[in-house]
Amino acid sequence: MSPPLHRRRPTRRNILGAAAGLGLVLHLRPVAAVSAAPTLQAVERQWAAGRPVTEGRVLLDVAPLVENGNTVPIRVQVDSPMTAADHVVEIVVFNERNPQRDVARFSLTPASGMAQVQTRIRLATSQQLVALARMRDGTQWSHHVDVLVTLAACIEP
Amino acid sequence: MADTPSPAPRVRTLIHGLDALRRGQPGELRVTLAHPMENGLRHDGFGNVVPRNIVTRFECKLDGQPVFSADLYTAIAANPYLAFWLRADGPGTLSFEWWGDWGFQHRETRAFTPA
Amino acid sequence: MSRGTGILLALLVAGTAMADDARRSGLTFMGPALQALQRDDGQNPAMLWVQDGEQLWRTPAGTTGQRCADCHGDATRSMAGVAARYPAWDAASGGALNLAGRINACRQRHQQATPLPVEHADLLALTAYVGLQSRGRPMAPPDDARLAPLRQQGQALWQQRMGQLNLACLHCHEQRAGQRLGGAAIPQGHATGYPTYRLEWQALGSLQRRLRGCVVGVRAEPWAADAPPWLALEAFLAQRAAGMPVETPAVRP
Repeated sequence: MSPPLHRRRPTRRNILGAAAGLGLVLHLRPVAAVSAAPTLQAVERQWAAGRPVTEGRVLLDVAPLVENGNTVPIRVQVDSPMTAADHVVEIVVFNERNPQRDVARFSLTPASGMAQVQTRIRLATSQQLVALARMRDGTQWSHHVDVLVTLAACIEP
Repeated sequence: MADTPSPAPRVRTLIHGLDALRRGQPGELRVTLAHPMENGLRHDGFGNVVPRNIVTRFECKLDGQPVFSADLYTAIAANPYLAFWLRADGPGTLSFEWWGDWGFQHRETRAFTPA
Repeated sequence: MSRGTGILLALLVAGTAMADDARRSGLTFMGPALQALQRDDGQNPAMLWVQDGEQLWRTPAGTTGQRCADCHGDATRSMAGVAARYPAWDAASGGALNLAGRINACRQRHQQATPLPVEHADLLALTAYVGLQSRGRPMAPPDDARLAPLRQQGQALWQQRMGQLNLACLHCHEQRAGQRLGGAAIPQGHATGYPTYRLEWQALGSLQRRLRGCVVGVRAEPWAADAPPWLALEAFLAQRAAGMPVETPAVRP
């Protein structure tokens, strides 16, 4: 239930007005322009919250070569019995080179029965993806995968 | 507002996998929602940014209890598809709910009986 | 010759033809993940439109309030194999129609409803729903001499250089099919799965839309919506793909 990203978007009119008032020349960029996004390593560290992450137990299944970056099927599977005592609580997927690092964050419960999620994502270019899983016992696991993205040659206007 | 997307007249969803559920066994549910997942980075023919319009959250509950949920971002493809697993021990009611930008919200419920 | 010998001969010819058939669907040019997208109705995004089509089939339309189902009953029976035979000749209008054109003609004549524009969601939905009832069946363009001029016109367009890039369809889709353009494999261009969910569009679209994309791609001025050249190309492509299985609704990059 998140509110829309730009409920109070600045318009060109009020930016120019403010700039004129301050005697500044502003380089206007589109409102939704992205300033330098954090690195993949930075968001992984932030998610890990100081606890170690071990490569393993997670499988991020994605085609190594992708025909069209705007619809890429992925599957994340975590080795877990999914019992009340021992289950995956969260699976997240981050990317390296899209405008934003986050792809998705999934919350699972013992009622899930199996720790597997599939979805379809967008990849702006060839890059690394990572799937991270956090268990109920606090241990954290990862799988890093490199994906090659080819771009459509005849792009429609 | 000229740049507010108009509300969709009807929300289309596909929900598969309920018929294949077996008592006490995990089964896969597949849900698709028709939604453009406009990422807010594209421009129209006049150089204006097409506003962001994405689905940001999905929740599946069994008889009111959370089973699976997802926070979705601009990297999720249009017509968002989610496949996840559920283990049900008996008949129940599943709710599937989506939320997104511009006040978007949609809920589907399905009663089911695992074989 | 006797009927039995005739059948045997026909089978031998067909068998030989199949052994020599170098035609490949665009499906086979995609990786396993995208092939799975098309093959699994639980994943195929086009089924959003097919579901709509199934509802529209049972929805009153036009001033008569007739539903498709009122005349045609259960589409899974009455429409079986129908899409595979289009484009077809329409005696009432004295011309050829593709499936969407036939649906529009029905709307006008029998439902007193306004025809829908070519990429209208409802028209795509109905066309996809009817098309699904031919899935798996061989494309079966009618053996109808009245279609010959249109097919020939389509073939001429297929072979005609156009646009600033000065390319004909066959330069990519016959002479260079299987090679790569900008990293993407060039398919043979068999129109067996339309309407198709094209990843580039993030939506379901018609064959006309796809052809228009190619015409613009070679920097040629596209013809107006529903102009005769589109139908001519469709008629030729249906002939070219005769015998290949219908894949509607397909998924393509």
